[in-house]
Amino acid sequence: MTFWQKNLILLSSLLFFWFLCSFGFGILFSEYISFMKIGGFELGFWFSQQGSIYVFIILIFTYSYLVERLEKKEKK
Amino acid sequence: MEAQTLTYIFVGLSFALYIGIAIASRAKSTNDFYVAGKGVNPVANGMATAADWMSAASFLSMAGLIAFLGRDGSVYLMGWTGGYVLLALLLAPYLRKYGKYTVPDFIGERYYSNVARVVAVICLIFISFTYIAGQMRGVGIVFSRFLEVEIEMGVIIGMGIVFIYAVLGGMKGITYTQVAQYCVMIFAYLVPAIFLSIMLTGNPIPQLGFGDKLLNSEIYLIDKLDKTIIDLGFSPYTEYSKSLIDIFCITAALMFGTAGLPHVIVRFFTVPNMQAARRSAGYALVFIAILYTTAPAVASFARLNFIDSVQNTFYKDAPDWFKNWENIGLISWMDKNQDGKMQYSSGSPFVESRPIFSDERGNLGQRLLENEANASSSNEVYLDRDIIVLANPEIANLPIWVIALVAAGGLAAALSTAAGLLLVISSSISHDLMKQTFMPQITEKKELLYARLAAGITILLAGLLGIFPPAFVAQVVAFAFGLAASTLFPVLFMGIFSKNTTKEAAIGGMLAGLVFTFSYIVFFKFISPELNNSDYWFLGISPEGIGVIGMILNFLVMLLLTKSSKSPPESVINLVETIRRP
Repeated sequence: MTFWQKNLILLSSLLFFWFLCSFGFGILFSEYISFMKIGGFELGFWFSQQGSIYVFIILIFTYSYLVERLEKKEKK
Repeated sequence: MEAQTLTYIFVGLSFALYIGIAIASRAKSTNDFYVAGKGVNPVANGMATAADWMSAASFLSMAGLIAFLGRDGSVYLMGWTGGYVLLALLLAPYLRKYGKYTVPDFIGERYYSNVARVVAVICLIFISFTYIAGQMRGVGIVFSRFLEVEIEMGVIIGMGIVFIYAVLGGMKGITYTQVAQYCVMIFAYLVPAIFLSIMLTGNPIPQLGFGDKLLNSEIYLIDKLDKTIIDLGFSPYTEYSKSLIDIFCITAALMFGTAGLPHVIVRFFTVPNMQAARRSAGYALVFIAILYTTAPAVASFARLNFIDSVQNTFYKDAPDWFKNWENIGLISWMDKNQDGKMQYSSGSPFVESRPIFSDERGNLGQRLLENEANASSSNEVYLDRDIIVLANPEIANLPIWVIALVAAGGLAAALSTAAGLLLVISSSISHDLMKQTFMPQITEKKELLYARLAAGITILLAGLLGIFPPAFVAQVVAFAFGLAASTLFPVLFMGIFSKNTTKEAAIGGMLAGLVFTFSYIVFFKFISPELNNSDYWFLGISPEGIGVIGMILNFLVMLLLTKSSKSPPESVINLVETIRRP
């Protein structure tokens, strides 16, 4: 596989989590996960007002770390 | 010392700091002026991006908006942060690798067409002007409330400050001023939030206090808030009241719009390489998240606090802040049932949308209104949402220096965003229109002069829009995001991820997205506002969310036109391969 193909796979898998945590947990299936609670928050509400933002940060740094490793291999 | 004197000192000190930084880092070349010499540290750029991104609306209005929208307010929280994932993963590193100065620069070269470049410049100017008018207005409002100067004077002072550091320093000056502005802004936002959180829940971290139990009680703050507002006839705080499809589309339009906003993208041109651009987007989101995760906490504290101190309270016992803001005209009370107590519930207290004060006072000292009482609601209290953040320090009984700090923070938020916008407008004029399209023979020195001139003229225009705001400033914000999502984002994305997308496709796609989104918003906002409800919307999508459909249309048009036009020249395919290489 070329560097670019690996990069595309990495991108799509991270964007899957991006979609899942914001549009999924925060909006579309919010009702179905609301029986779970974090402190006083129903899980769906927490994802839409706090959780998705934390996930976004983790995703960017994960991508940055993984793609830099790919890039180093590619340069060798 | 009086609050006002302190505010003058805080605001004066912060202004002196910004100008000092601008003089120390003034621009010497077009490279300095457009992209700060491409030598900005990723963490510093992250901070500058955060300041650039968080406008007067984020700082002053967002918490108030969420306090009253409840769960529906989530669209702003997710929409205005999720776009950074798209930026960091899909656009920023590749555009940085491309290595030129502006967004239209990339579009013009990748789509080998000056027509595409000029269409991009038009989209950019439209998006950025919408935004900048709101910022200048924000500057004027903070000045008039805290320093008691006229709004017009406030706008002129704001213009002067931005003029000095943007025209002198260009991107370099702006970047380092924005770092300072971020620090002022975030400190001013957190201090009242932390005190409020301690006051209500005993937990010093607002993000955790939001999900914590109330002080000396076994009840969670959220449950108490839900119960309280349901009792008063509002819809529950933790459930969506808009349809899911609309919530979905608005969130998506804000996310893709964020990723396509030129003044955000251009910030990533200032770092040394593509790795730094990615990490910088991560840092930017961390700095943004500090405010964006505090905002919903502040919103819930403020809503609960407000109801607690107002509902069924005798007017004569109302807290001082209530009367202060009533004097300014942003809170009002109409004693409909003549019991001397304030009743707060859902519905508007009067038929009109805003209070109309008479010059007289009632026997309890309240300002009397000339509005017609709304018989269908027992609500007696009017509250302007925008004061939530500004009133917080008073509601929490904080010392007056905190109030002064919040004023300086609001100004920092408005000025930093205005400066960033100004720069993308002026560089797209001097670089894309003049140097690249109409006057290619000018020297670098001349181009720098034109860039400064364009910045000066843009400030004047923005100031005029601030002083004479068109009635629709608040309404056109939907434009900026919808247009960015439906015009620039798809073209940038395809420019990187597809080698064969042609110039015909890009021009057609941008125009299709622009015309569709523009007409939909104009139709429902200006031509037939009476039809602006879900019965008439396309698939139940409001004008705020329609940018997503415009974006899909743009992609479809690009795919179709690419098939039917001649494939791009070899040099463009090489360009795409180069920017993809690490």
